[in-house]
Amino acid sequence: MATLLEQVEVDTELRPAIAGRNPWALAARRLWRNRIAMASLVLFLLIVVLCLAAPLYAHDVAHVNPFVPNLNGHTVVGGKVVPVMQRGGGALRLGETPIGPTWDLSHYFLGADSTGRDVAALLLYGGRSSLLIGIGSAVLCSIAATVVALIAGFFGGTTDALLSRLMDVIWAFPVYLLAISISTELLTHTSGIQIGPLNVSATSLWVPTVIIAFIYVPYVYRPVRGQVLSVVNKEFVEAAISQGASNLRLIFSEILPNVVSTVIVLLPLMIATTILTEAALSFLSIGVQPPNVSWGTIIQDGTDLVYSRPWVTIAPGLMILLTVLSLNVLGDGVRDALDPRAKLRVEG
Amino acid sequence: MTRLPATMLRRSRSRQRPPARRLPRWQAGLAVPAVLAVLSLAVAGCGSSGKPSSSSSSPSAQAAGHPGGTWTILANSAFGVADPAQNYTAEEWQLLIDTHDGLTGFAKVGGAEGNKIVPDLATSIPKPTNGGKTYLFHIRRGIEFSNGQTLKPSDFVTTFERQFTVPGPTSFYSDFVGASKCSTKGCNLSKGVVANNSAYTLTLNLTAPDPELMDQLALPFAFAVPAGTSPKLTGNNVPPGTGPYMWKSYNPNTEAVLVRNPHFHVWSAQAQPAGYPNEIVEKYGLQVSDEVTEVLNGGANEVYDGDPIPSDQLGTLNSPKYAGQVHVNTLAADYYYALNTRRPPFNNLQARQAINYAANRTAYVKIFGGPSLAVPTCQILPPDFPSYSPYCPYTAGSSHTQWTAPDLAKAKQLVQQSGTAGMKVIVDATTDQVGKALAEQMVADLNSIGYKATIQLLSSSVQYPFIQNSSNSAKWNVAYSQWFQDYPAASDFLNVLLGCGTIHPNSDASPNIAAFCQKNIQSQINQAEADEATNPSEAARLWTQIDHEDTNAAPWVGMFNPKQIDVLSSGVHGYQWTSVWNILIDRLWQG
Repeated sequence: MATLLEQVEVDTELRPAIAGRNPWALAARRLWRNRIAMASLVLFLLIVVLCLAAPLYAHDVAHVNPFVPNLNGHTVVGGKVVPVMQRGGGALRLGETPIGPTWDLSHYFLGADSTGRDVAALLLYGGRSSLLIGIGSAVLCSIAATVVALIAGFFGGTTDALLSRLMDVIWAFPVYLLAISISTELLTHTSGIQIGPLNVSATSLWVPTVIIAFIYVPYVYRPVRGQVLSVVNKEFVEAAISQGASNLRLIFSEILPNVVSTVIVLLPLMIATTILTEAALSFLSIGVQPPNVSWGTIIQDGTDLVYSRPWVTIAPGLMILLTVLSLNVLGDGVRDALDPRAKLRVEG
Repeated sequence: MTRLPATMLRRSRSRQRPPARRLPRWQAGLAVPAVLAVLSLAVAGCGSSGKPSSSSSSPSAQAAGHPGGTWTILANSAFGVADPAQNYTAEEWQLLIDTHDGLTGFAKVGGAEGNKIVPDLATSIPKPTNGGKTYLFHIRRGIEFSNGQTLKPSDFVTTFERQFTVPGPTSFYSDFVGASKCSTKGCNLSKGVVANNSAYTLTLNLTAPDPELMDQLALPFAFAVPAGTSPKLTGNNVPPGTGPYMWKSYNPNTEAVLVRNPHFHVWSAQAQPAGYPNEIVEKYGLQVSDEVTEVLNGGANEVYDGDPIPSDQLGTLNSPKYAGQVHVNTLAADYYYALNTRRPPFNNLQARQAINYAANRTAYVKIFGGPSLAVPTCQILPPDFPSYSPYCPYTAGSSHTQWTAPDLAKAKQLVQQSGTAGMKVIVDATTDQVGKALAEQMVADLNSIGYKATIQLLSSSVQYPFIQNSSNSAKWNVAYSQWFQDYPAASDFLNVLLGCGTIHPNSDASPNIAAFCQKNIQSQINQAEADEATNPSEAARLWTQIDHEDTNAAPWVGMFNPKQIDVLSSGVHGYQWTSVWNILIDRLWQG
């Protein structure tokens, strides 16, 4: 009869070798298997591609310049030339109503807005701004919040207290009020905003991008700091310290890789949130500034036409809805993929 | 005369206003007999139904002239602080003219007659003495405030001193002797406003002749309040007045309620007739679209005419069904772009004229709601205004009286001649939809003649002080603005908006936004003001000439003169409209 030790050795030899797997590859595999998340990703990418094709549509299909009012222009509907802006009827003849959707891709597919511009072309150009600001501000915000959280969580004590209170102060301001205050101040710098050697125009998309990134830093900071605090006292960090690793190395080589998954989970959700914030700020005229457009500015332009030309507001509203929905579902998928506790749920 | 209007100028009104309806002769003012007014008093307090669509007064009253009921106005928002010494909004002024009186008043009738100055609490309009610097008013006896206090000449001392102790547009009365030493800390006008309670006279002493004093005395700032009224801001409590109504309550979040003044009697049907409704209620908080729906459905009587009606609902109002309920009148107002004459490119006359030639006024008019709601203009004075003579040099074609189309070739030629081609231009406008759209069109017009234009949008409350303050002059080149008349005098446009005396460096209240000052034109302004008392026809000729010379110097790009829409419930009678007060609320009744 074999001893217990011999028995174990035999079992080990018979068992097939387990291949080491990269946790990122595992997460990607889990995400790939999540059909709903992948469908959302496809939808989001489709929206991105459509928006990137805005110049193609405007110049080669619709033959319009959506950045210039076209109040005296004409278009073709059913083979007839008609004015883009149509004067009211009746005895009083009050008002000028823009043309409605023609459902003809080359002639005001979704109609015109109150200054006679092609809504379909505006929608695609607006999407570029909204996505650029949404993604840009979410990335900027995540980077800034992660850096601050790493510093606060790693050094602790007074540093942590000061940075955390600073974040509390920023977060205590009503988000939109803070954004409105910053925007209004920055927009009066007509000669541009000088940041070192850089001069940023007051109407640049960077202005809303940075503002939105700034106001959401505390939102990302809190969970990331919590994660840093939970990692900073782990054995592998202590081991690195005992080997004489510098603070920078500890932060970026030991702690950052262990908290980055939290940031990645938050990123799609942050993009969704920042796109909504951009739309709100632009709706209030303090986000994207003319001649640029965004989905929020198009909705604002359409508010006076809700009954007569509802597509001016419905179309950008739908685009925001689809984009945010796809990002939220994708975000859930990413969280499930990166969260080990979700393994059974996804793979089972 | 120098005036410095306050920061709360009457500039932000709405977009729409319609062609005047011809009024039945009996309504047009003089025919509102005092007998009816007395009868209406007799039924005051009767039949307040609370239902806007049905007035319920006694049968005898209805037979006599329709008093009774509650007149309900819907306004998007309230008019701010209610103290008449401070408030500078058309919204409150339309109510204040029914609760208070001044020494003089504008005849309370529709049409051109409504621009006429008539004696109100004074028995007559006095002739000036002492070289135009002294006016002796005889005050009517037997008039009581709504609190029962008898009106005395000394009440006016308090009224005018409050102009200075309450923060507000004191400049209307800054020529009174002693006014220069007044401030919000205190004011003593004992030498400028001399009351004699035994003789019932009031003497106004000025430091310089002011030919528009009678107009200024008819403004709500000069409406009499009792001598005991606090010299400080009364907030939302309106001091008692002498008009046919008194303020029962005012809550900026909900409503203002005016009820009949039990101490009122008619002393001049022309200046202050008895009103028809028993109660006037102005409710706040609805969206304008909801206001229109509510009024068209009979749930209220009137949409406040300063609320901009959404484009969507203009189509509804075009329906023949509402033809009798919608009234459109041309306002004495300008929508314009001020050109910053302090800095390039518009310190150059040819550059200013170039953008005037390039401006696509048809597009501006369309943005505002089309030709039914705005009339393109090139000049400063609005149509049907004193001294107005049609003039438009900046148009295609040979006619110089009416704008027809832009002349881009001429504009481009002028830009080249000016040497300003390719310069950067910042167009400053408001964030509301009309302001933004107008700015986008202006940018397109500027770019079409070779400039590199960009937009700067600021909220209305920030934009107006911003463009007035010279410390911001480096931050814009073209600024969107509007001006509504205070009273029908050419100087209210030509001197206030383009006179050298209304440039106040580093002040938020510097209404000459363009900072335009030409000494030869200013001397003509001074001459015209001097001639108004002695030689009115020559003054009128001069004002016309100044208007045309200002237009030639192009400190502005005039866009259009707006019109105003009044939306009323069905079955309303007595509609009257004046360019000074607009709709006369107390003249209306529900049939």
